[in-house]
Amino acid sequence: MQVNWFTVIAQVLNFLILVWLLKRFLYKPILKAIDERENKIARQIKDAEDQDSKAKKEHAEFVKKNEAFDLEKKELMAAAVSETNDARQKLLDEARNEANELRSKLEKSMKEMQKNMSRNLVKSTQHEVFAIARKTLADLASLSLEEQSANIFIKRLKELSSKENKQFVEAFKKGLDPILVQSTFDLPEKQQTDIKSAVKEILGSETNFQFKTAPEIISGIELSSNGYKLAWSISEYLNSLQRSISETINEEPTDEQDSETEPESEINQNV
Amino acid sequence: MKLSPDETIFWQHGFVTINLTIVTTWAIMLLLVVAAILITRKLKTGIRISHWQSILEMLVTTINNQMEEIGLKNPKYYIGFIGTLFVFIVTSNLLIILPWYEPPTGSLSTTTALAISVFLAVPYFGISKTGIRGYLKTYIKPTFIMLPFNLISEITRTLALAVRLFGNMMSGGLIIAILLSITPFIFPIVMKALGLLTGMVQAYIFSILATVYIAAAVQGAKKSGKQNSL
Repeated sequence: MQVNWFTVIAQVLNFLILVWLLKRFLYKPILKAIDERENKIARQIKDAEDQDSKAKKEHAEFVKKNEAFDLEKKELMAAAVSETNDARQKLLDEARNEANELRSKLEKSMKEMQKNMSRNLVKSTQHEVFAIARKTLADLASLSLEEQSANIFIKRLKELSSKENKQFVEAFKKGLDPILVQSTFDLPEKQQTDIKSAVKEILGSETNFQFKTAPEIISGIELSSNGYKLAWSISEYLNSLQRSISETINEEPTDEQDSETEPESEINQNV
Repeated sequence: MKLSPDETIFWQHGFVTINLTIVTTWAIMLLLVVAAILITRKLKTGIRISHWQSILEMLVTTINNQMEEIGLKNPKYYIGFIGTLFVFIVTSNLLIILPWYEPPTGSLSTTTALAISVFLAVPYFGISKTGIRGYLKTYIKPTFIMLPFNLISEITRTLALAVRLFGNMMSGGLIIAILLSITPFIFPIVMKALGLLTGMVQAYIFSILATVYIAAAVQGAKKSGKQNSL
């Protein structure tokens, strides 16, 4: 066991050569590769961090935008809903108004129709009633009835009010024409005299009389001169009744049937 | 019975002797360099790397970490020397699993050569880091009275390095040789396995001690430099 100095020197040289060779072929490339990879990884981590921060930023921005969008959507929705409600309310109101109008129109037309119908009915009824009455009274009319009529006429003449009396006097006094006395049948002499005397009593003077028969009066007497007419006849009664009923029908067609109209026995003074 | 591969001489011409130690060393050098070239030829810098590259990177980073732990800043500067020391001794010692192989570390000449390399590397790194004055001042630390002791320590630790490695490797080989003559079967295998462990441990101890010496030289020089500046 001894040291071979040549071997020692050779091994020192060998070792130094090996150091150089391994440095050249092993450590440098390996360290370089490690460094490069570390740099690469560091770069990648940095990139990832950058991207992460960017993504976070974008996420925050997105969330913000989303919230704003949601809010806007909500507002728009609310506005749309309120608008729709308004529009619906408006349409409903319009429809209701239209319906009301239509209904009132319909009611009006219905009423009109009903009114017309009832008026027609009343008219025809009235017509029929008067026709029947006229017919019946015409059938019943006779000389004795005529006498009775003349008596009532004379009585009426006598009972004229002062105002009527005055009008009567004014109407008949100035007239030169004869006073026309119309009746359904020829008046007997006595009646003619009675009428003449009654008129004379009112006028206070003699007047010419002309007696004439007019079957359309049905029963009664008409006294006319210078456009003034004084009458008492069933026809006049009927006419006045008919007028009154017609007026009532026109005024209140529904209440027409309830209202009773009596033939007025007033003296018509139609000029 | 040959105790050292130095004794197996292939060619000799006066002082120049080509023996088994030198030839084995060349073979190991060739193996290491070829392997290094083959592996580093296709180095990748991506995330996915080859298994061999991974193993080499692990080795290199482990050596770096060990040096840093001991106190060597910037270990990349020293890895050429200390890493090669470790890789060479490990390879020499692990190849004992091959039949008829005699590790060059079992030769006192080789271990002396390695110890001399460390002995020379310590002042080399110390001076390169802090200059010759800074380095020389480490010999009179803490006082100049310590100068002879420091010098003795320098020489003895080099001697100890050489003898420790040689003794361990030689004894391993010797025990196996003796056991082979007594019990040729199971025991030599067990002893070889033990020899592998011893070889690894010795390579580690040798490299670590070299690192410690270099670190002591570099740091001591740095400290003295700082004190001077103060």
